[in-house]
Amino acid sequence: MTTTIEPGLEPRQNAGLDGGLSKRPSRQPRVGQTRRGRIGRTGKYALLILFVIVVMMPVYVLFVTSLKPPADVNPATSWGWPTRWPWEPVAEGGPTGFDNWTTAWTALSPALGRTFLLAIPAALISSFLGSMNGFVLSRWRFPHADLVFTFILFGMFIPYQAIMTPLVQMKTSFGLPSDISTLLIVHIIYGLPICTLIFRNYYVSIPAELMEASRVDGAGMLRTFASIVLPLSLPGFVVTIIWQFTSAWNDYLFALFLSDTAGGPVSLALNNLAQGAQLANYGAAMAGALIASLPTLLVYIILGKYFIGGLMSGSVKS
Amino acid sequence: MRKGVRNWGPPLLLISPTIIILGIFVYGLIAVNIQVSMTNRHSLVPATEFVGIDNYIQLLTEDRFLHSLMNLAVFTVVFIAGTMVFGFIWAWMLDKGVGAEGIFRSVYLFPMAISFVASGVVWRWLLNSAEGDRASGLNRIFESLGLGFLQNSWWNEPIWGMAAIAMPAIWQLSGYIMALFLAGFRGIPEELREAARMDGASEWKLYRHVIFPQLSPVALSALIIVSHMSLKVFDLIMAITKSIYQTEVPATYMWVTLTSNDYAKSAAIATVLLILASVLIVPYLIHTARAEKSNR
Repeated sequence: MTTTIEPGLEPRQNAGLDGGLSKRPSRQPRVGQTRRGRIGRTGKYALLILFVIVVMMPVYVLFVTSLKPPADVNPATSWGWPTRWPWEPVAEGGPTGFDNWTTAWTALSPALGRTFLLAIPAALISSFLGSMNGFVLSRWRFPHADLVFTFILFGMFIPYQAIMTPLVQMKTSFGLPSDISTLLIVHIIYGLPICTLIFRNYYVSIPAELMEASRVDGAGMLRTFASIVLPLSLPGFVVTIIWQFTSAWNDYLFALFLSDTAGGPVSLALNNLAQGAQLANYGAAMAGALIASLPTLLVYIILGKYFIGGLMSGSVKS
Repeated sequence: MRKGVRNWGPPLLLISPTIIILGIFVYGLIAVNIQVSMTNRHSLVPATEFVGIDNYIQLLTEDRFLHSLMNLAVFTVVFIAGTMVFGFIWAWMLDKGVGAEGIFRSVYLFPMAISFVASGVVWRWLLNSAEGDRASGLNRIFESLGLGFLQNSWWNEPIWGMAAIAMPAIWQLSGYIMALFLAGFRGIPEELREAARMDGASEWKLYRHVIFPQLSPVALSALIIVSHMSLKVFDLIMAITKSIYQTEVPATYMWVTLTSNDYAKSAAIATVLLILASVLIVPYLIHTARAEKSNR
């Protein structure tokens, strides 16, 4: 395995899954004592904060616009803070800012439930299969193991358009429904390569002695896997489950080709809500975008370290 | 020999479901796709006649398809340049050591957790083409900052409109490239820097002769990842403009042809995309597989 081409993928002693981002012990001379150093530091922080503002700007827009009742949406004040409380109607009995949120919630909530039913099993099942594959590919030598690994990995890099025409035809000829059950199968299948890759690299980082010992004990492969490997696999599972959950949740391509708004996931429902919106009523669409992003954002905020771990291995191949 | 089978039989058995599934759903379907692309199945009628590479010739001489390739090229160039520049600058600043690094890192990276469909909602608003008094979105910001001359109709501009579509993509993925570069920076042994400093190398020389060469494999992977993502851009365009001619790329064109039941044409477009992706990925897979073998 090359060392630099796959950041965060090389076997590490501590099996850290932060994708190699951890700080090295700093032995750099401290700057900031001199005047020039201080100005440089201030400039650097100013720049970093400027970038934070730029990156957060769309979130501000989403939030502010979602809280404005349609009557208050006006190009001149479109960047401004809402001028009234979200529960205050523009006129007696008129729409409030909160109405955007209730509109969005009504439009999205059935699809939100379906998307959980899709993304969670998809994540669990491909992770489990991925862990078996990863275990085999990392520890057991069999003829052409490298070829098999590359064979599996290739599936991760194809543009899914390349299989979409036959897949749609297949769905029609088997009479599969245009809902999340079809999408579940598809996400499990096309999640296999990435889960295999993540687990293989994770298992490479587990000391070989642990598994060798159980082999000497006479334990078969399946027993080694069940009693030694699986209990050690939790960090790997966290990474693949987050990765699979996020990609199934955020998927739009498969959802559009293989399902419809009546039975499909939240990405379809959101796009439907947004495309139907006139400029005057962006509020509901923006509230919807926030609602639909909340699950993946929460995962990112709570388990960010593992999210990055998956990202790094998701990007790079070995 | 029996010993051999006993050794590698079980692992092969454990992995065979995946091999079979991917054999069918990746390789099998690609084969069917190529086969369909060489027929005249341009409607729901299943009558299929082998027409060789006719569909490809038609496609590559069709103005509409060439226009979609041109759009994709503009998008790709801007997208790559933007993510690489921001990703590198952020990683470079963070690597120099800042307080609260984790917070900056998390903020720069968070757009990655959001779907293109959700971010498309807000970017459609930000890239609103109205100008002057009716301007909202980014044009309104320019207007109020006295930078009115910067106002433009964004994705409504011919050709360069695709550069506007690349902006949300840059917003979403620069953090990712930052993470790659940051891991690259952190992978450079401290001894190398120390040694260069001991030799009296200036900061620029340190970068020129130590850091950049060490980072080049990371930059190459980043480049391949971003171009590969760019080839597949679909969700973002559908969310911001729907599938219209102006912002058409091969992936959205393929959707248009498939929904009008022109199976042969959509399969042909998909094959072109697959070839473009393979040109990027196959050498890379071979390279890394070889590197791994020689390291063993």
